[in-house]
Amino acid sequence: MTTWSELLAQPGVILADGAMGTMLMANGLEFGNSPELWNVDEPRRVGAVHAAYVEAGARILLTNTFGGNRFRLQLHNLQERAAELNRAAARLAREAAGGNALVAGDIGPSGGILAPLGELEPEAAVAGFAEQAAALVEGGVDVIWLETMSSLEEMRAALDGVRRASADIPIITTMTFDTRGRTMMGVTPERAAQTLSGWGAVAVGGNCGNGPDEILEVVAKMRATAPGTTLVAKANAGVPHLHAGRPVYGAGPDDMARYATAAAEAGARVIGACCGSTPDHLRAMRDALAAKGLL
Amino acid sequence: MSEELDLTKLPTEEIVLQIKDDLYDGLAAEVVAAVKELLRRGLTPYEVLTGSLVAGMDVVGADFRDGILFVPEVLMAAKSMKAGMEILRPLLVETGAPQIGTLVIGTVKGDIHDIGKNLVAMMMEGAGFKVVNLGINVDAEKFIGAVKEHKPTLFGMSALLTTTMPYMGVVIKALKEAGLRDDLIVLVGGAPLNAAFAEEIEADAYCRDAAIAVETAKKLVALKRGV
Repeated sequence: MTTWSELLAQPGVILADGAMGTMLMANGLEFGNSPELWNVDEPRRVGAVHAAYVEAGARILLTNTFGGNRFRLQLHNLQERAAELNRAAARLAREAAGGNALVAGDIGPSGGILAPLGELEPEAAVAGFAEQAAALVEGGVDVIWLETMSSLEEMRAALDGVRRASADIPIITTMTFDTRGRTMMGVTPERAAQTLSGWGAVAVGGNCGNGPDEILEVVAKMRATAPGTTLVAKANAGVPHLHAGRPVYGAGPDDMARYATAAAEAGARVIGACCGSTPDHLRAMRDALAAKGLL
Repeated sequence: MSEELDLTKLPTEEIVLQIKDDLYDGLAAEVVAAVKELLRRGLTPYEVLTGSLVAGMDVVGADFRDGILFVPEVLMAAKSMKAGMEILRPLLVETGAPQIGTLVIGTVKGDIHDIGKNLVAMMMEGAGFKVVNLGINVDAEKFIGAVKEHKPTLFGMSALLTTTMPYMGVVIKALKEAGLRDDLIVLVGGAPLNAAFAEEIEADAYCRDAAIAVETAKKLVALKRGV
């Protein structure tokens, strides 16, 4: 398996990985520190998370670069190391994937709001995303995955940035529909599906948010409005609650297994998990999908 | 609307309605023009603030709370409000108008998320409060320094991470030790929080979103002033 189209040509659900940040924190990453720095400082720990997800059945690995654009790295004063950290992340995932999984270069939001509504100039945003995408491509990713976006304007800037770095790399796009069925910026699943597939995304869907139920609804709405689009579901393992000062996510492996089959039945082709999930969750998802003949 | 509206020909109460509509639609230039016209007609700056701008932002806040408006519309409305406030602020000071209150707000140490917190700051300005926004990654020392300097009525903390929300409790404890806690109404918010957590750290209220934050702030300030 070497390309997105080869992966897509196989039958059944394509399992993507689970949370990276959650796993790194469980392995000693201190809160408030940049997870991306570990691509260089603690490469073995990042690689071990990737390997655990491959072992649990993931066929798409997301690089440890969610906050790897210069706008977010700036908050840790690491913006000048954007290219280095993204290249290193791509190589780590590549190494762990072997021939068994595709590597998706993970690009998350800038954290700002684009002008004229906010302060971030669209051209600066495009340039920042292009810088990250170029390093990920150089590091050897197979696809780019734009995730957790809430604004279509920012999604447009990210797509333009990726295209500046590569004319043909496939781009997967997922938004977070956590506000009354829409994104924080008011985008409906229907509008996201139509707009993003119109812009050439190879797959569209939802990630993060308030847990599995929310994403199932997103998938159903996208399916109804864009039946020909490859759909993605990457839900959080529920919503975190604090117990004795530590975050505990509401959904266990069994819950996520039920979510995986429900997402497949609702029409999602790529299914993974987001914050709060672990390789145990993913394994349960794989087994449940396999048991129903959906994998 | 392509047709120019001649404000000077409208009755005052219609201009007030017009300001509310223009705020809702995020039309800053129109809001500014109407504010000037009302002042020209002899309304006090305080009357314009409370009767037009704050009243207009109430509608925006209610529709945001009810899921009719989303962040982009609220940002545009808040920007228009701000444009109107720029005219009113010096006049309010000059005329010795009553202060609605000051809010000191920040995202706590270790946390760099600020869209939600900035939204609260803007909506609170929209409600007529003076806002001191300390930004992100704010430690207890900086919070306390700002409280001493600005003597706020309201004190707000935000966190998006389960790992950073406990720091809110640290700040409240430090405020107590500095003898400042009892003078403040402490509001907390952020995705992973809930009312039980707010109670546990002895904040005065948990606010689910920016609109609720404004409602809660107004209610608690009125209660406090009534005592």
